[in-house]
Amino acid sequence: MIDLLGYGAFFLVNALIFGVLCLGLNLQWGQTGLFNVGVAGFAAIGAYASAILTTPEAAERIGGFGWPILAGWLAAMLIAGAAAALVGLATLRLRADYLAMTTFGIAVTIQVVALNATALTGGPFGIAFIPRPFASLAETPIAFNAANLALTAAVVLGLFLVLETLTRSPWGRVLRAIREDEAAAASLGKSVNFYRLQAFAFGGAIMGLAGAMQAHFIGFIAPDNYLSILTFQVWAMLIVGGSGNNRGALIGAVVVWALWSLSSLAVGTFVAPAFQARAAALQIVAIGMALAVILLVRPRGLVGERATVSRDVEALHDEGAPAHEPVRD
Amino acid sequence: MSLQFLADGLFAGALIGLGAVGLTLTYSILRFSNFTHGDFISWGAYLALGVVSALTGWIGPAARFMPFSFGWPLIVGGLFAMALTGLLALALDAALFKPLRRTGHGIVMVIASFGASLALRAMLEFLFTSEPAYFSRAIQIAIPIGFGIRVTPDQAAMMGLALVVVIAMHLLLTRTHIGRSMRAVSENPALARVVGIDVAAVIRATWLIGGALACVSGIMLGLTVQIRPQMGFDLLLPLFAAAILGGIGSVWGAIIGGLIVGIAEAGAVQVIGSEYRSAVAFVLLIAMLLVRPRGLFGVREG
Amino acid sequence: MTAPVALVARDIEAGYEPGLPIVKGATITVGHGEIVALLGPNGAGKSTLMKAIAGLVPISRGAVLLGDVDITRTAAHRMVRRGLAFVPQTENVFTTMSVEENLVLAGHIAPAGTRAARVAAMLALFPDLARQRRLAAGRLSGGQRQMLAVARALMIEPSVLMLDEPSAGLSPKLVGEVFAKLSEIRASGVTILLVEQNARAALAIADRAYILADGRNRHEGAAAALAADPDIAAHYLGLGGADAGVGGRIAP
Ligand SMILES: Nc1ncnc2c1ncn2[C@@H]1O[C@H](COP(=O)(O)OP(=O)(O)O)[C@@H](O)[C@H]1O
Ligand SMILES: [Mg+2]
Repeated sequence: MIDLLGYGAFFLVNALIFGVLCLGLNLQWGQTGLFNVGVAGFAAIGAYASAILTTPEAAERIGGFGWPILAGWLAAMLIAGAAAALVGLATLRLRADYLAMTTFGIAVTIQVVALNATALTGGPFGIAFIPRPFASLAETPIAFNAANLALTAAVVLGLFLVLETLTRSPWGRVLRAIREDEAAAASLGKSVNFYRLQAFAFGGAIMGLAGAMQAHFIGFIAPDNYLSILTFQVWAMLIVGGSGNNRGALIGAVVVWALWSLSSLAVGTFVAPAFQARAAALQIVAIGMALAVILLVRPRGLVGERATVSRDVEALHDEGAPAHEPVRD
Repeated sequence: MSLQFLADGLFAGALIGLGAVGLTLTYSILRFSNFTHGDFISWGAYLALGVVSALTGWIGPAARFMPFSFGWPLIVGGLFAMALTGLLALALDAALFKPLRRTGHGIVMVIASFGASLALRAMLEFLFTSEPAYFSRAIQIAIPIGFGIRVTPDQAAMMGLALVVVIAMHLLLTRTHIGRSMRAVSENPALARVVGIDVAAVIRATWLIGGALACVSGIMLGLTVQIRPQMGFDLLLPLFAAAILGGIGSVWGAIIGGLIVGIAEAGAVQVIGSEYRSAVAFVLLIAMLLVRPRGLFGVREG
Repeated sequence: MTAPVALVARDIEAGYEPGLPIVKGATITVGHGEIVALLGPNGAGKSTLMKAIAGLVPISRGAVLLGDVDITRTAAHRMVRRGLAFVPQTENVFTTMSVEENLVLAGHIAPAGTRAARVAAMLALFPDLARQRRLAAGRLSGGQRQMLAVARALMIEPSVLMLDEPSAGLSPKLVGEVFAKLSEIRASGVTILLVEQNARAALAIADRAYILADGRNRHEGAAAALAADPDIAAHYLGLGGADAGVGGRIAP
């Protein structure tokens, strides 16, 4: 029973950290319509930045500055946010597809750097001994997990409230107006690209924070944690929860992470070790297809966007073809 | 410094270019960047491998065309696999992209393609595991061709194949009705309908051709390197870079973009080592987007 | 036996989004060999009605007959096979293709043996285009582009030709040329439905005209009678007096 509670807390911490990633993506995609296929890259930037700054000095690599965890988190946000701002500067004025390709590229590149800049990142072995919050409780897993859950939940709650306030603020309204109709927003004298840049950078910073939180909770990072599967998981969570909705983003994170963990558990328990790699592949196929089916039958997700959002936008809405209309047949 | 890197770069570039031609075609006609294109390349290689093994299992091993590592089964199997990969692309369109075209914005199709890409790749891992596979275990001797450059016979054959395919594509787009229709739909789908072009048929043709071209890249890569479920996905960033470099919609642009990416990668390997090879495409892509987003030969604003 | 009329659009309701009709019950009839002008203020829905007839905008009510064939639900790309050709108001040529490619592309539904002759006939009809046959259509002048759009539509030897503001953006001299060509085309037996802002020039060559306002028929009648009605002239046609010359919209 205690074990189960401990595991429950452990599970929830992980799920909520995914929730933070989802909140970041929701700000970019859900609120502003900015496509990002490089979620894993921004999480990696945050994780590595915080790990390098907070770990104790290590002989085999540069870094190990021994900063406090909180300082590491803030630095993770700053650095990931700056990286997002750079990507945004290069591509936000172009078609949405170019942002997709560029963010995909940055995730690949960051993975390559993490793998090869051994002097900084530890290379394929990654970075270990990342200080964990409440490390003094590590003897009793349940207390450790519970304390971390409290901390994570507090961060998520704070972030949620900030984002909800922003969503309702004039700033949030401009973002949604841009998402719905760029021309109309521009005609109101809003500098469309500058608003997009702000949203993209802030979203990137949130992803960096999530990366750092995860790194510190687990205590160890390696380049393999930041493959495109991570990006895909976060997208699946946001789409299941319903993009445009912060609450949905969090619910989607918990639901999808639960499904993912359960199916991994099932694979680990019931599948013979020789076939586990194959079963894990099948698990990904299943989730990929589930995502496609949700896009087809419930494009607004399980929770969907709240009505207030579309009402805000209607005021600004104006006729005209969407900026990115596909060919119809 | 040896000039070998130039030959390696040209070869890799031809392969990237061929993949980028398919990508640029689907992009300019369907108006979304298709993340499954890399996985069509992997599927094409595995399908070719499957057909070749079936053929040789059925009629026994065939003689190689000396000095190449392959014989007629690869040619027949390759043609067959091109058709199958085209059909795979068509099936994916019917199941996923077509319904989304009716309802969604183009960018939703990009997400869908991202998910489908992962599923296609994982499906290959499920079927074939991530162990590499090979068309042939024959060891190829690289032949010196001057200036200190060595090329294997297979590489030379694949370069020739790439050239033939590109010229065929050029003729298709400029001399045939379906090719002109594809150009028409990419410029102005409404006007294309007005002049009597069946846009749905053009879309089907585009998937078939794009899939077949991806299969050719997959065979080239499989013959000269190895076959892995990840092989196409790992190529995706260079493909995007090549298509953007050349200008989306331009077939010759995609080929030239591919050659630039290939040679730049090989040059970077020469100078800074192979570790950062995959970052080269990204640097080129960003540089091009900053300087000239419509690419070298692009017709439309990005 | 031929049907009494070439084209009928009866009580058409059409628009871009469900429940938001732009054309709200318009009816037009075009007899064989007629030139019929469709006039009306900007935003009246003239282009939308043309696109609806051509199959590009969904029709939610009413029927379109080409001769005695119902084409209300016919897909846009099948219209040309039925003999209905359409020249849209804007973006009516493929700018990245050469003049000749534009014509060849449009001629693909003609029998294989006749295509080359059709292209030659069009280049003979529009000598300006013949001189520019290898040029990308995007580099043609406005007038030449309009001529190419018309030539492209004629490639299929249509029974009915629909044109949406063929004179838009042209100099008065070119307007005269375009309209002269249209008379020539009609003389060869093609029925023409013409949307125009340049009402005077349109009424000068049309047999009859309809005036559309807010998606509905407002007036109709013989072209000469409409042009002579001072009320209509003042309200819908933007015509000052009755004595300005053809194409006199832009006075030099
Ligand atoms: N593609 C479109 N999507 C939505 N509304 C449109 C579109 N094209 C035109 N409209 C609207 O339809 C109305 C009529 O336009 P149109 O048929 O072009 O008028 P006209 O040709 O008589 O000037 C206008 O209010 C215009 O805003
Ligand atoms: Mg109009």
